[in-house]
Order: sequence, then structure tokens, then C-alpha cells
Amino acid sequence: MKKYILLTGIFLTLSAGILLGCSAQASLWSEAEVELMRSLWIGSLPELPPDPSNQFADNPRAVALGAKLFSDTRFSSNNEVSCATCHIASKDFQDGLQLAQGVGTTDRRTMPIAGTAYSPWLFWDGRKDSQWAQALGPLESAVEHGGTRAQYVKLIQEHYKDEYEALFGALPDFSDESRFPVPAAPIDDDVAAANWAGMTEADREAVTLVYVNMGKAIAAFERTIMPGESRFDLYVEAVLANDISAARDIFTADEEAGLKLFLNEANCTRCHNGPLLTDNDFHNTGVPAVADLPEDTGRARGAQQVLADEFNCLSKYSDATPEDCKELRFMLAEGEELERAFKAPSLRDVANRAPFMHAGQFATLEEVLSHYNNAPDAPNGHSELEVLNLSDAQLQKIMAFLKTLTTIK
Amino acid sequence: MNSQTKTIVITVVVTLAILFAAFYLLLPVIGPSVMHPIMAEQMHGGGSPGVSASDLDTSAERLTNNGAFKVSFKSELDPIKIGSMHSWILHVETADGQPVKGATIRVDGGMPEHGHGLPTSPQVTQDLGSGNYLVEGLRFQMGGWWEVKFNISADGVEDNVTFNIVLGG
Repeated sequence: MKKYILLTGIFLTLSAGILLGCSAQASLWSEAEVELMRSLWIGSLPELPPDPSNQFADNPRAVALGAKLFSDTRFSSNNEVSCATCHIASKDFQDGLQLAQGVGTTDRRTMPIAGTAYSPWLFWDGRKDSQWAQALGPLESAVEHGGTRAQYVKLIQEHYKDEYEALFGALPDFSDESRFPVPAAPIDDDVAAANWAGMTEADREAVTLVYVNMGKAIAAFERTIMPGESRFDLYVEAVLANDISAARDIFTADEEAGLKLFLNEANCTRCHNGPLLTDNDFHNTGVPAVADLPEDTGRARGAQQVLADEFNCLSKYSDATPEDCKELRFMLAEGEELERAFKAPSLRDVANRAPFMHAGQFATLEEVLSHYNNAPDAPNGHSELEVLNLSDAQLQKIMAFLKTLTTIK
Repeated sequence: MNSQTKTIVITVVVTLAILFAAFYLLLPVIGPSVMHPIMAEQMHGGGSPGVSASDLDTSAERLTNNGAFKVSFKSELDPIKIGSMHSWILHVETADGQPVKGATIRVDGGMPEHGHGLPTSPQVTQDLGSGNYLVEGLRFQMGGWWEVKFNISADGVEDNVTFNIVLGG
């Protein structure tokens, strides 16, 4: 009898133990968490959406021309600055600097390029609504490339005539200095603006059209820049396959715990959602102002700028129909939430992209996480953050997880 | 107590303890079938994905606040997907079921728990007739509880309706 009871006890204890073991594994991720992970997985990235505003967006010859223009330093006022000066391929197409350095110093941090073909808005404040319109901004910025469109179209004529004409048709003759003076552009520079005003309407239009086509070629190249698979994606694949032991070979316990916090208590996926880990929208997260820089109102100004932009989706230079321009037509143009709101960048490869925030305010990921944990008041407008009250150990785990978002080379 | 009873008691207690622990740990998996939604929400905590406000009325047909109109919507995207620009068809009837034509409709909304509005500026762009209106420019960029509010004016009557949308992820 005694033996019988003992055996039953051992049997019950063992089966309960096995059940406990199984349930510990099964309960690692809830159904909702698995679905959230799936939505962040790179395999959920839809096919590259068409860019109806750029009919050359998927043209291989435009990609090839764009790649050359992207790295050509002749397209600047000092022959030293190209797109690749700040968007360095080996550094995920950014420069690692607090503020971008062109022919001068800008007021903002260089943004990465990977995956921006999925974004309706470009720049930290979304003042451009296509990759081609974005590419044309720095070319005429006094502190970036520092040149003017009149200078650039002459360079196209001199160095890229055949490639240009094979794509876009006959190039006008820009060699007459009296008709096409340099510098000339509708920008904030007295000489360039005066020269531009002195040109005929038709000549200005001819110059701008070639300038726009340059942007469309550069955009065709930029569309090909995409993030790759990371360890996080491999982990999600293992979880989706229900292979917990494979998942645990991919992630350390800290990385796994960090992911759990990322999906839950830390509220990260409010803004960093979808397979690119960004909602492509604008948020005031109370990032401190930089003392030496002019006041930055972020999206509040960017929204007005994109509405007025000569190259926006509804402009005559866009190949889109108004039906294609829903983002612009139904854009939120006013409201307190736009004040000092900046674009949520993709978190893919984030660990390689210090310093952080729109003016490189934070030197390390530790500083970023500490900021989100403490949720200070915004210098202007209203911060969307809530105090998280996470411990240092928890923040370390989130950091460990963020490092798993780096593309496997 | 003899040693045989002691063994039985210890075995039963240990087994029960382990069973309870296993049940608790399994809750997130078997939870939906055994827990009340509110209990599940408490267990997940406020910041959990897609579980906020699970007791909200999320029906797609509602009476306006003062009962003037019966309003329903049909989303172009079903289910609604986070981050996708899409449109709705809004149907407006009088309380007794007559389609309301020629109404002026304003759209507003946001996330009450986060204190922010809609990320876009949706508008009624077309009166499709028969009480149907095309609402364009809707996009929800995060999971959680969203409100979409319509202010409807027709034949000198103005009333408001709020739809609750709860998105996972």
C-alpha cells in the first residue's frame, strides 16, 4: 500500500513537473506578442510600392545614372560635396556626425536612406513628399551642396549628356551664358535669385525640368537601398516556426527579455512599428533643444513647407495624378501635436547610428533609453512620452535587443 | 499523524502547487478561453499590445449622441491595417431609417489614451447618394484604441457620433 502511494506520488509529481516545463516554454510569448513580432519581421515588408510621382523610379538606367550623380562631388559649390559625403554607404548611408557637414554645417543630423522608399514623408520634418523631391533639397541648400540648378544642368550637359538623353530625351543647350547665367535658382541668395529672375520663363522651365530629372534618377538609385535581415528576423522566424530551442540559440536571455520589454512596457511599438520599425509619422518626444541652434518647430513648419513645395506630389513636375497624392491631400497640416514633432526613424541598424535624434542630441543608446524612461517635458509643444519607471537592468536588456536589429552582413 | 498520511499530504500539496503554477504560466496561452476579457487585460497591463479598452463598443453602426441619425461605416480595408491610407463609406440615415442626403460632415478623432489626434486629416470628399458618403484619408499609425468622430449636419439638424476602433499590434 505504502509503495503504491509513493509510486502514485512520484508519477503525479513528475507529470506536473513536465506540464510546468512545457507551459514555461509555451507561455514565453502570447498570441498577441507573436502577431506583433510577425508585424515587425522583415518578411512582412510588402513589395516596394510604386512611386507614381516618378515615372523613372524603377528604370534600371535611371538607377545607374542616379548612382553616379549620388557620388559626384562636382555637383557642389566647392567641388567637394556629393550626396555620398553625408550618406556614406559603409555607414548605412549616414555620417555618424551630430550635425551634417556639407560646404557648411546644417542644423540637423543626417538621416539614413534604407527603406525610405516606403515613407510618404522625407526629412526629419517631412518637408518633402518623395525621394526625388528630397534629393533636390540639399543640392541647393547653402550649407549642403551649395550650388544652383543652373550650374548643375550645365554639368549634366558636359558629363552626362548621353545617359541623360537616353532616359529623358533631348537635352536643351545651356551653353549660352547670357541666357543661362550661374549661379541661378529661386533660392535665398541675392545673386542666384537675381540671375534667376532675369531669365525668361521658358529658360527657367527648361533648367528646372532637367534639375527635376536629376532628382528622379537619384531617387531611382535610392529606392534600391534597403535594410537586410537581422538576428531579430531570424529569431522571429524561429518563433513563428514554434522552434523555441532554435530561437534561444539565436537570442541570449537578455536579448529575449529586451524584446519582451520592447513589445510591452517600454511602449516602443507605439511609434516604431511595422517591418521597418517606424510608423513614418511625426512625434514630439520631448527631445531637448540644442543651445546654439535656431528654434526648431519640426513638423509644424515641415507641413507648411511641403504644401508650398514647388516639387510636391501635386506639382507640375510630379508624374502623379491628384488621386495618387492622398498623403499630401489628407495631410495633417495644423495642430499642437505637430509642434516640435520629428519623424520616427527606422530602428533597423540603429546601433550603428550614433549619435541619435534630429540634431544628434544623444551620444549613446543609453542616453536615448534613459530619456524615454524619464520622459522629460518638451522644450516646446507637448511630449507624447509617459514615464516608464524601468530599472537600469531592464534598460540594459532593451539595449541588448536593439543591437539585434543590425543587418547581418 | 502517521508517516503514510504525511506522505499523502505532502504529495498532494506539492502536486497541487505545481499544477497551479503550471496553470498560471499557461494562462497567456489558454487565457482567451478561460478568462474574462477584463481579467485578461489586467493581467497584460496597460501597455500591452492590442488589449486596451477591450470592453468598448466597437460596432460599425451607432446612433448619434442625440439620436438624430443612425450612422454606419464600411472600411475599404477589412480588417483595418496599421499604417495604411484608406477610405470609408459612411452611411447616414434618420433615426427612422430614411437615407440622409446632402449632409455636411466633418471628421475628427484620435487616441484618447495617448492624448493625440488622428495622424492625417480625413475628409468627406464625395456625396455618393442614398445617404452614402466617401471618407478619404484615414490612416492609423499605431495599435490601440482609436476614436473616429463625425459631426453631421443635415436639414438644420446637427449631431455627433463616435466610432471606437481597436487595432492590435
